[in-house]
Amino acid sequence: MSATAPTPAVALPSGGEARIARRETLGQLARSKTFVVGAVLVAWWVFWAIVGSRLTPDDPLEISDAILLGPGSDHWFGTDQLGRDVLSRVLAGATDTMKVAPLATLLGIAGGTSIGLITGYFRGWVDEAISRVIDAVLALPLIVIAVTALVALGSSNATLIIVIGVVFTPIVARTVRAAVLGERQLDYVSAARLRGERPPYIMFAEILPNIAGPIVVEATVRLGYAIFAVAGLTFLGFGVQPPSPDWSLQISDNYTLLNAGTYEWTVLFPALAIATLIVGVNLIADGLQQVLDR
Amino acid sequence: MSAEAASVPEPAPHALELRDLDVVYRVRGRDRQVLRGVTLNVKRGEAYGLVGESGCGKSTAAHAIVQYLPRNGRVRSGGIEIDGRDVLSLSRSELLRLRSESVSMVYQNPGAALNPSITIGKQVAEVFRIRGIGRAESLERARAALARVQIADPGSVLARYPHQLSGGMQQRVIIAMALAIDPALLILDEPTTGLDATVEAEVLDLVAGLQAELQTSVLFISHNLGVIAKMCDRVGVLYAGRLVEEGLTETVLRDPRHPYTVGLLRCIPRGGTRKDHGRLDTIPGFLPNLGEELPGCVFAPRCALVEEICRVEEPPLYDAGGSHVSRCHFHERAQTLPRALAADLDLPVVDREEAPLLAFDDLGKVFKQQGHDVHALVGASTAIWPGETLGLVGESGSGKTTLARTLLGIVEPTSGVVTLQGKDLSAGLGGRSAAELRALQIVFQNPDSALNRRHQVRRILRRSLKKLAGLTGRPAEQRLLELMQSVRLAERYVSARPGQLSGGLKQRVAIARAFAGDPQLVVCDEPTSALDVSVQAAILNLLVELQAERRVSYLFISHDLGVVRYISDRIAVLYLGRLMELGPAEVVFDGPHHPYTEALLSAVPTIDGSERPRIKLEGDIPSAASPPTGCVFHTRCPRKLGAICEQEEPPLAEVERGHSMRCHIPIEELRRLQAGGRGKDLAQV
Repeated sequence: MSATAPTPAVALPSGGEARIARRETLGQLARSKTFVVGAVLVAWWVFWAIVGSRLTPDDPLEISDAILLGPGSDHWFGTDQLGRDVLSRVLAGATDTMKVAPLATLLGIAGGTSIGLITGYFRGWVDEAISRVIDAVLALPLIVIAVTALVALGSSNATLIIVIGVVFTPIVARTVRAAVLGERQLDYVSAARLRGERPPYIMFAEILPNIAGPIVVEATVRLGYAIFAVAGLTFLGFGVQPPSPDWSLQISDNYTLLNAGTYEWTVLFPALAIATLIVGVNLIADGLQQVLDR
Repeated sequence: MSAEAASVPEPAPHALELRDLDVVYRVRGRDRQVLRGVTLNVKRGEAYGLVGESGCGKSTAAHAIVQYLPRNGRVRSGGIEIDGRDVLSLSRSELLRLRSESVSMVYQNPGAALNPSITIGKQVAEVFRIRGIGRAESLERARAALARVQIADPGSVLARYPHQLSGGMQQRVIIAMALAIDPALLILDEPTTGLDATVEAEVLDLVAGLQAELQTSVLFISHNLGVIAKMCDRVGVLYAGRLVEEGLTETVLRDPRHPYTVGLLRCIPRGGTRKDHGRLDTIPGFLPNLGEELPGCVFAPRCALVEEICRVEEPPLYDAGGSHVSRCHFHERAQTLPRALAADLDLPVVDREEAPLLAFDDLGKVFKQQGHDVHALVGASTAIWPGETLGLVGESGSGKTTLARTLLGIVEPTSGVVTLQGKDLSAGLGGRSAAELRALQIVFQNPDSALNRRHQVRRILRRSLKKLAGLTGRPAEQRLLELMQSVRLAERYVSARPGQLSGGLKQRVAIARAFAGDPQLVVCDEPTSALDVSVQAAILNLLVELQAERRVSYLFISHDLGVVRYISDRIAVLYLGRLMELGPAEVVFDGPHHPYTEALLSAVPTIDGSERPRIKLEGDIPSAASPPTGCVFHTRCPRKLGAICEQEEPPLAEVERGHSMRCHIPIEELRRLQAGGRGKDLAQV
């Protein structure tokens, strides 16, 4: 027996009731420390992704003779093998990731939501067929599929977006399908069928608004994975291409220096940047989950 | 145990005592009062009923007693004593001991109260294990506890998991656990609300018997006055967190002294009232908002007898004689509460000589379930005439909803055809024309799931107007307002979402949606079972008014026989997917009835509390996957003839004009059997 406080039996609606409800959700988010910390971290990197090299102390691509200087007053984060300022490169390095990851996520969410709605709504053989394909895709490691596709298609930001988006589609479809299965049994779906609505209307106008919560949460979780995937693929050389100051490129350019033992700043700061962004996104996902999935 | 009990100097006079109890919930930073100075006591060995509609604070009271309020709730002032011990001053560990030793609670949903992954035996034995009794003896005691609640085969039940038991059986197990500790106080919070009428009657019989035998003190919480009348010595009526009337059950129900109690008693269709006798009384207005400040009488805003003093001065407890008290300034004339106006409704006259509106013949539906064929509906045939209401009754799992959904086309039948005005309807919705779709609509049981919670009322109704009536733009807006008016829905709700509406208002939106395209037949699938009785009365009135205005036919499904009798012209009784009896409402209720109908009718607790011989049904409804041979009812039939019932399925034969029955017993024989002092009582249902 769950003991919850009763809600008022009759809430008299005024025009602003929906707005109040929305404001209440935002208020709950604002009170969630998890969400606020995540939002601050992500906002920081969004800011730098937008302004890019315009506000960095130095030009992140400018080569100089001052190579491999340690962190100091001239270069707070030191310089790399080509004498480029690491701080500027870290700040400017957000741009490509922040372009590729959200767009890839969006593609995955759009594709996954459509497939999830179709399989969940129609059930039967459509569901069976698509679900088996999804199982097959999910059985393969993400990185293997992505590397194969990128090798075949050639690396560019556009292919990166498409490949990650397509790989995410079945994962999102699964979550959405589960949510749709719960909704399609509700009587409002029968009521819609009884007035002669076509399936696309029922799926997108009736069911979709009711599963927005889980989709938003899934999108944030996916965004975290997308950043992670971009970083991994770039490090392997299949993702963002030089001369971009992308974080993973910096790491892959410089990680061999770690053997020499003393140039850790060239790797440490970009690695920290990736970590803070992913942690930030995941904190937002946790916060949203707590508020939206009650 | 007994040595300990002897050391207590003197047993407290009351099993439970609430003194001026105020409970508040903190919502959006403000304390909202939920219980307002509730004072009551449950004497030793007494059954006390607490009755009221949803939101009145019944469950809050129950939770406060065992200090089990939600996190945002607290007792602001007042006192709670169980068995003479002050509950509010107990430490955490003392409280745990009190809960494990002195108080037991039984809730509405037995399925949720049992752990699905632990056997019944382990769960019941735990009650004893927790008190330090050994494993073997605990199991032995568990067996005895189950035997006490009349579980026929306790040994096998002990080894089973909760999902393998029916709802009634689960509730028996819970009651067995609750009584196992011999509690000083047993709190029953709507214990039979989710159960079928025949099962409910059995469980209530059981509790009443045990209560008399063990002299347990019981606080019985229910919204059902009939159940309270059957079970309780005294009753308290709760409204908006205040106890407005209290007294001996019989006195309060016979001679109510508070306008709210009077209204509550009147809005239930009973005593054989029918729609052509007049409208049902309702209680106008709404329950005050949670925590609303009410300086005078809490009921004043809805009371038809209200005077100036009621709005400014909180009425004290007036003595109405004996232990009967009422919080009404004018308690002497509470019963002069004006009644609803007599019907000037022009109800459609049903002419069964003309062609029926909708007919179905040999309709059957087989569901495939884990390789088994489940015959949810078998050979159902009848017709519905224009302007007629066909009532459909039966226990859960009898196929009522399957029949309704098959007629509508939401579910495709496995066999049989449905014809609308002589034309065959296609089995699935896809093949039906717009006119056919418009003709058949439905009002669902649960208004929460029937309306899209993300859509505003305007969008819900405009869409139906567009699809069913072909209206868009200005004419649609015009029609929308007319539609809302005809279901008595204020215009300001047009931009509300379902979540902002009460259950009754939601159901009005659902009715408006069904009527958007001028339907010829509306299926009402338990449209009032999720609603409070006063709201139910208003919805039933509305449905009858719409029928008078528009000559619409209804297929009305309900498990509440009083409601079915009120609204129906003819009644069909369904058992295991088969029509068992079919006939005019009066005939089906007055008898002679099919033995199953007879048992259903006798299971309903009545408000006047007149005890009648109950027809007990043995066991549970058989599974539709493996129905009994012969007459499907023979396994539970109290009037079983013998071998013929087990071997041969009786046909649905017309036994009188317009009255059909599926039974081997000749009607004259049934008439004779059922005349034994029972026929008259049943007219009271």
